[in-house]
Amino acid sequence: MHALRLAATYLRLGALNELQYRANFFVSVFQSGLAVAVGLAVLALVYSHTPSLNGWTHSELMVVLGVQILLGGIIHALIQPNMQQLMDEVRDGKLDHALTKPEDAQLIVSLRTLRLWQLTEVISGAAVIGVGVARLGSHIGAGRSVAFLVLLLIGALLLYCFWLVLATIAFWLINVWFLSEMFEGIYQVGRWPIGVYPGWMRYSFTYLVPIGFAITVPAQAMTHRLHGHTVVIAFVFAAAVAVVTRWFWRFGLKRYSGASA
Amino acid sequence: MSAVATTRQESWARSTWDYYVTTIRTQLQAQFQYRAAVYAYMVALVAEPVIYLVVWTTIARSQGGSVQGIGVGQFAAYYVVWTLVRGWNVVFTPFGWEWRIREGEFSAALLRPQHPIHFELAWWTGQKLVWSVFYIPVFVILSLVFHPALHPRPLEIVVFFFAIWGAYVLRTINNFILGMITIWTTRAGAIFELWFLSELLLSGRLLPLQLMPHWVQSITSWFPFKWTFYFPIESLVGNMSNTALLRGLGIQLLWIGICVTVMRFVWRLAARHYSAVGN
Repeated sequence: MHALRLAATYLRLGALNELQYRANFFVSVFQSGLAVAVGLAVLALVYSHTPSLNGWTHSELMVVLGVQILLGGIIHALIQPNMQQLMDEVRDGKLDHALTKPEDAQLIVSLRTLRLWQLTEVISGAAVIGVGVARLGSHIGAGRSVAFLVLLLIGALLLYCFWLVLATIAFWLINVWFLSEMFEGIYQVGRWPIGVYPGWMRYSFTYLVPIGFAITVPAQAMTHRLHGHTVVIAFVFAAAVAVVTRWFWRFGLKRYSGASA
Repeated sequence: MSAVATTRQESWARSTWDYYVTTIRTQLQAQFQYRAAVYAYMVALVAEPVIYLVVWTTIARSQGGSVQGIGVGQFAAYYVVWTLVRGWNVVFTPFGWEWRIREGEFSAALLRPQHPIHFELAWWTGQKLVWSVFYIPVFVILSLVFHPALHPRPLEIVVFFFAIWGAYVLRTINNFILGMITIWTTRAGAIFELWFLSELLLSGRLLPLQLMPHWVQSITSWFPFKWTFYFPIESLVGNMSNTALLRGLGIQLLWIGICVTVMRFVWRLAARHYSAVGN
């Protein structure tokens, strides 16, 4: 409970900070508009040459695209800025400011920054999902919607864990400016259903880099492809990943010795 | 005239040459230190074409092996060569110029007797030389995994070699011109993004241009984009005729000429208009 209150306070502070720069809202809207336009144009191009991609129709892939954009918004607003700050502070030896606080260090480094305006991507992603589902024309019941939202949360958790593992590598490598670029590159994999990829890539993008779970599985919930056992596996897998990530974070943290403090 | 003028010109050429060699050498030594970073960057870079390749391979397979006459092996060749071309046209971005101008770092560039483009060209040439060494294992792995149908003729290899350097120069100059917009408005990010979006769609970066609708294909002739992606790639994988290859190099050179003219014009205006921001 206490942790949740702390998280809420941090996020509110972050939001207030961003609200000072309102012009950035329009920049974000423009950028998310462009991202959606490109995504839709690419889909249109692909489907001008084929009626279905590995069994997925145009409308169904719009749902996948929407989920990818939506989760991308959460990454850009909340996950990536915090991880970037963490990596920078490890390099500059300034992490002590976070570590000396009497709260859990992982909680603090994960919530210090919020890029509020990037959340426009969450809205544009949701809009793309909405259009995709509407074009499918099938009924989505309450049960499916709940499953979708829960799986989306699990997806966000998995992506956060993956980013934290990457950022923790900074304790060994120190200068890891290239990680953001690398993550962005790999994240584009999620734009297509994970079943498209050949075997070894499919496995690595499901379990090693959990993009399959994070994006394809929620999209399956909205396109009538979800099996009950996938949900169970997603829960178990997410719990395991969260535990391992926490262990790895603590293991890395032991290597930290402030450089300038 | 002329004895004096000729000596002056000669010494300019010699000092510029020295400048390039020294910058490239420094860069070679600097870049070899960051091996982990170079490979991480390559992972990010290779992810993009591999995704496109997988999607088009899936479509080709579902339609009996080809899309509009492009077979699986040819898609593989296109996107594997894509990685090499992309590596070559990674240059200093307009966002980088924006940052330099905003932070006032640009003032130093104005004091030098050299046009700032020379430093960029030399610095990134050094980066390319290092990059090409690191790239070899990546190329081998990609070839083993995706089996590209790659059987270039000697002339194609020669043209390809010049085409990637042409693409490199063209993209460096265009990014510089774009970056200079920052001198008039300190926030030009939106313009840059529109530009790169157009590049993605019109250059062949996203897909072989034959797969674009006809009206898009005719638009591409009016922009420099396809000479930085599509032409270099096709020169190696596309079975172009000898005349088409040489004509392509000629048009690429023409675009470089046009862009150099624009660059000189913009640079003159920019240098006059520039007022330092920052310290």
